[in-house]
Amino acid sequence: MKKQLMAVQLLKKKLDGSNFLLFVTIALFVLMYIAGIIIFSDAGFDNFQTFLNMLIDNAGLIIAASGMTIIMITGGIDISIGSVVGLVCMMLAYTMQNMGMSAWMAITLVMLFGIIFGAVQGFLIAYMKLQPFIITLAGMFFCRGLTAMISVNQIAITDNATFLGMASKDIHLLVGSTVNKHGVRMYPFVHPSVIIAIITLVFIWYLCKYTKFGRNLFAVGGNEQSALLMGINVRRTKFTAYVLNGFLAALAGFVFCLNTTSGFVEQARGFEMDAIASAVIGGTMLTGGVGTVVGTFFGVLIKATIETYIRCNGTLSSWWNKIVLSALLCFFIVLQSVFIIIKNKKKN
Amino acid sequence: MRQSLKRSQLLLPVAALILMLVINVIITPSFFNISIKNGVLYGYTIDILNRSCELIILAVGMTLVVASSRGTDISVGAVEAVAAAVCVRLLGSSYDAYAVPVVFAVFMCLFAGAACGAFNGLLVSKFNIQPMIATLILFTAGRGIAQLTSARAINGVMVPGQILYVRMESFKYIGGFIPGCVMPTPVFIAAAFVLITMILLRKTALGMYIETVGINPKAGRLVGINSTLIIFFTYVFCGFASGLAGLISSSRIYSSDANNIGLNMELDAILAVALGGNSLGGGKFNIAGSVIGAITIQALTTGLYAMGVSADQLPVYKAVVVVLIVTLQSDEFKRVWGVYKLRRAAARGAA
Repeated sequence: MKKQLMAVQLLKKKLDGSNFLLFVTIALFVLMYIAGIIIFSDAGFDNFQTFLNMLIDNAGLIIAASGMTIIMITGGIDISIGSVVGLVCMMLAYTMQNMGMSAWMAITLVMLFGIIFGAVQGFLIAYMKLQPFIITLAGMFFCRGLTAMISVNQIAITDNATFLGMASKDIHLLVGSTVNKHGVRMYPFVHPSVIIAIITLVFIWYLCKYTKFGRNLFAVGGNEQSALLMGINVRRTKFTAYVLNGFLAALAGFVFCLNTTSGFVEQARGFEMDAIASAVIGGTMLTGGVGTVVGTFFGVLIKATIETYIRCNGTLSSWWNKIVLSALLCFFIVLQSVFIIIKNKKKN
Repeated sequence: MRQSLKRSQLLLPVAALILMLVINVIITPSFFNISIKNGVLYGYTIDILNRSCELIILAVGMTLVVASSRGTDISVGAVEAVAAAVCVRLLGSSYDAYAVPVVFAVFMCLFAGAACGAFNGLLVSKFNIQPMIATLILFTAGRGIAQLTSARAINGVMVPGQILYVRMESFKYIGGFIPGCVMPTPVFIAAAFVLITMILLRKTALGMYIETVGINPKAGRLVGINSTLIIFFTYVFCGFASGLAGLISSSRIYSSDANNIGLNMELDAILAVALGGNSLGGGKFNIAGSVIGAITIQALTTGLYAMGVSADQLPVYKAVVVVLIVTLQSDEFKRVWGVYKLRRAAARGAA
């Protein structure tokens, strides 16, 4: 009896705070997925490959949203990543297709660009103490304009064998095989992009949970003043977070480009919104100090499930994607805010 | 003392505008020429005034939002698209008559804008959500809603995401010219809007309330100001302004293009507020400065077009200008600059 009570208390403690939001997210995803299997069973929703396709389509988003989570833990925000992704795609396409650069060279170049861009934004935000939103809004327009300066026409990557090989390589899983109607055994597959995304996710999870830098991030986001008094270098922590985010945005752009194998001006418009929505739905607090990349991962999966719903339905306009996602985002933001209000009341 | 302070506040915006105009004259010597063609005024300056009207209206709304809530409303462009779509959808595409009276469509257009503003305001004032995050919801969903509103029957099925046209001549008066009048109509609308706002803010205590709330919401509440209501009001007002701008934009092209109406306007509006000498940290505001800022931006845009920069590339220059302005305005820069000046003075003194 006593043990049971303790278990209940432990569960209550576990579900307190950020864990509660994470729990809501995971529960929501499981519910949505089961609902999808029931409603769209004839459209192949129950196929394991459908789930893997969600990962393939959103590999870039997983990386970008992980970066966004780090920034949001420090209490900042970065809305430039969509344009950075667009610009990186364009740079990759231009350097490889029009200049004949090798794939590895081009990838190194865009990663460097991401780091430098992140460093500039980080400097302005951390050291000049400017509002993150204004700076990254300017960064967003800067990158979008730069993309148009490189080329206003769409450039498709068609010549670079290394890059195209990376883009379309199927990595088959050894489990969950199905037999199709021709009697051929089909193994579910993923692209290299998914592997990159999963590795990044695990890396960021480890970074946040078990390194000094990761713990500093939470301290800075939770309360800048006390972090400073504890002797944490607040400015450098923030700066590093933005540099890392710039790198991750460029990496996301590369992975995104693996899916699209082309660059054009309007690419990845609204991508930052998806990343923010995924992080918020995943339980990352907008006020800073709280968040996990695991939650963000489930946030991305929820977004992917909505997309798959709308694709399976077939008659709904693709504009519903954005509207449903915005509504979900709104719901979670309000939930967070109500959560904070209750918490403050309890304190008093 | 106060007068001179006020003068210095407007000094920078006016200087920026004059600089912009001088650069424009150098690029195109015929810049200040105004002639009358087809019974209307024609010339670069008139064009800049005409084109900057939506921006002026948005900047005024944005100024109040920045002043009261220390954040910016980034949904103004998307709300513009929603309002335009509502207006054009209601008017219908008949060649002979409007589907509903114009007055009703205009009212609904402004109402749609104000409703969007009320949604933003509710999230910001009641739920204490950071303004930029709250408005991010409509920033993304707005264009989707506008696309769904812009539906047209094709083979008996309503298909969203169409470009709707208004085919009546009289609708063009709002964004074009009223017959017999040489000045473009938007100039009158913008002037009236700015005047009414200024009277509303400066002849009543409302302007003072907004500044108080912006400087310190808690202190504002303690002296008996309903901070929540004031912030809510500024967002509704900004939404209303977006609706008005959307009406003018849709009338200019007598259609509702959900993808392009108000595109990138949010940055321009924020830029106008910052250029006008207003702090993006809230508190004191200056409407006249914002208006001058808006005209300066349009002069910059026109100048860049004249230099052969394409519309897609414009954001690069604007982004650089924004970063420069906010850096110069920042306390940290002022502090570093102050230390630098002191050091130099000390070095000189030592020598």
